[in-house]
Amino acid sequence: MTEATLNMAAAAPQTHKPAAGGREEFAHDITGTVGKPFLDGKDTKFFSRGVNVFYTGNKQAIFDVNVDIGRNEVIAMIGPSGCGKSTFLRCLNRMNDTIAGCRVTGDIRLDGEDIHGKEQDPVLLRARVGMVFQKPNPFPKSIYDNVAYGPRLHGLAANRAELDEIVESSLTKAGLFKEVKDRLQTPGTGLSGGQQQRLCIARTIAVSPEVILMDEPTSALDPIATATIEELIDELRQSFTICIVTHSMQQAARISQRTAYFHMGKLVEVNNTKTVFTNPQHQLTENYITGRFG
Amino acid sequence: MSTTITEKVRASLGKRYAREKRFRAYGFISIALSLMFLVLLMFNIFSKGLPAFSSTYIKLDVTLDAQTLGVTADATPEQLRTASYNSVVQKGVQALFPAVEERKQKKALKSLVSGDAQYELQRMVLADPKLIGTNQTVWVLADDDIDMFHKGYVDRTAPEADRRIKDFQLVWLDKLEAEGRIDSQFNTTFFTRGDSREPEQAGILSALMGSVYTMSLTLLFAFPLGVMAAIYLEEFAPKNNFWVDFIEVNINNLASVPSIIFGLLGLAVFIQIFGMPRSSPLVGSFVLTLMILPTIIIASRAALKSVPPSIREGALGIGASKTQSVFHHVVPLAMPGILTGTIIGMAHAVGESAPLLMVGMVAFIVDVPHGITDPATILPVQIYLWADSPERAFTERTSAAIIILLAFMILMNLLAIVLRKQFERRW
Repeated sequence: MTEATLNMAAAAPQTHKPAAGGREEFAHDITGTVGKPFLDGKDTKFFSRGVNVFYTGNKQAIFDVNVDIGRNEVIAMIGPSGCGKSTFLRCLNRMNDTIAGCRVTGDIRLDGEDIHGKEQDPVLLRARVGMVFQKPNPFPKSIYDNVAYGPRLHGLAANRAELDEIVESSLTKAGLFKEVKDRLQTPGTGLSGGQQQRLCIARTIAVSPEVILMDEPTSALDPIATATIEELIDELRQSFTICIVTHSMQQAARISQRTAYFHMGKLVEVNNTKTVFTNPQHQLTENYITGRFG
Repeated sequence: MSTTITEKVRASLGKRYAREKRFRAYGFISIALSLMFLVLLMFNIFSKGLPAFSSTYIKLDVTLDAQTLGVTADATPEQLRTASYNSVVQKGVQALFPAVEERKQKKALKSLVSGDAQYELQRMVLADPKLIGTNQTVWVLADDDIDMFHKGYVDRTAPEADRRIKDFQLVWLDKLEAEGRIDSQFNTTFFTRGDSREPEQAGILSALMGSVYTMSLTLLFAFPLGVMAAIYLEEFAPKNNFWVDFIEVNINNLASVPSIIFGLLGLAVFIQIFGMPRSSPLVGSFVLTLMILPTIIIASRAALKSVPPSIREGALGIGASKTQSVFHHVVPLAMPGILTGTIIGMAHAVGESAPLLMVGMVAFIVDVPHGITDPATILPVQIYLWADSPERAFTERTSAAIIILLAFMILMNLLAIVLRKQFERRW
């Protein structure tokens, strides 16, 4: 897939206008999302219609995003910097609530439940929809306590033995247990960058969420650590729905089943990853994946 | 091309290194200067203050006979308390120099020993009434003038009129010295008593206890209030809100209000309106709390602000509530900074006297306070009172009190630094 993308990028005819100043030029082109954004009710995990996000001063960050996210799929969100892909990701677990002056409108449903509904509690939502951040952010506590924090918080373990089991299985799923089993009581911040990120993933899956949101999880890591995490994501797909924001198109191509392309706050195209990278339907998508801008 | 660049860089190197050296020299000089002044100050305080930790005693042979004491053999404790120990002391001193007949000299003879001597005997007899009718050898506290002489502060060669110790007294003192009846001992009085008009009987304990009570209460009130206010303002208060900004500006302003104003406020509000006891550590600590709150709030807010947002997001991302993310992660990480702010505030408060003058803590306090509502004074005020006293012996006690204040401060800061180390974690 990677090779195909690269070959395609190289072979793409250079007939389009150069990218300089291209953003404004292309902005009016986006009228609606092309491709297949909807799953027509089949195994939909997240359902999002007409989502807009405003920051302080009515600055609109994303415009009318309509997309479905399927169960146990990996959906990659790509696009140039500042295109709103992270903002959209943070809508899905209401992380934007924590930003002063940020306002989200529209309809987002998790398993058919409105996540902005009155009876919906953001704390419960975040236990169901875990998040892994761009910069590894383990707590300055021991490895064990990092992973045990969530289960302790939500009372998931009845006793120490159960907690030990949760910690071990989470670390195992995150592919970290072998490396750290002899030093669970050492600080999590003493691990390498890649290990720290896997610790953060273990911390997230320890709460047994249904969805894991990943905001550029490998952008601070070296290629080897990145490869480990990518393998991990592929394994995690068996039990979780994963939404990943990435700057690397190769990564999106390698790990995702569907890819969403954002441009200037608008969702331009959603389709099977293969289709997006081999046969993009929108001019902007094609420009982006062929490296014309972004 | 590249050679010219290399040459240019090389040419500028000398200048750059010279500037660096110069800057280091400035730093070194300023540190050396401050150290020099510090050493000078310490030397001055310690050389003046250390002698105060010993005091001069005179050995007396006294006869505790019932007749002189004016009591009967089966006296009640009350009678023993009011017995005439003064006469016993007087007889004991006269026994040292039987030849002295003149009235004025007899009076001078009596004042060789401190007024405390008779109470020393009283304490002995009350503790063991069987002593009545026996002969005892006791070391009693010498008068402060004798103490000063024995410590070498009196110049024998000066004209008699310029000396507190006259020629005939010098003869007595030399005789006492020769008989081994005069000696220096550790000054326990200084650590076990309150203030007194007589320097040899004056102690630091009432001021020390006053400071301990006041500081403990100040910490008890200011720390939770300041930290909670900082946490609320930094983590929970709405941003860009007029009232929050208004409060913030006012806190910053309060930090620069002269401390005596807080004293006036304390007088007007706590004493006049709420009728709290004047001169008490309770009111003093309220005033000091108000004074150091801005310092603690500002420092704590800075510490909270410096905790990376990724930690907050990490906690929120796995379903911690706002309060949990703040108290499980942000506050522990900010604790070293919060404690630093508290140390600065407390160090400020422990040396402060101006605001406490207004609430009556400047009083002459003899009794050691036993509670937070007892009249008390504090170390800086005690230092001020002694520095203002004319007796020579108070000079060394002033310096000794400064040493105690410094020790108190170091102890307090040490505690805070140890606590801070406990909270410091590596990232």
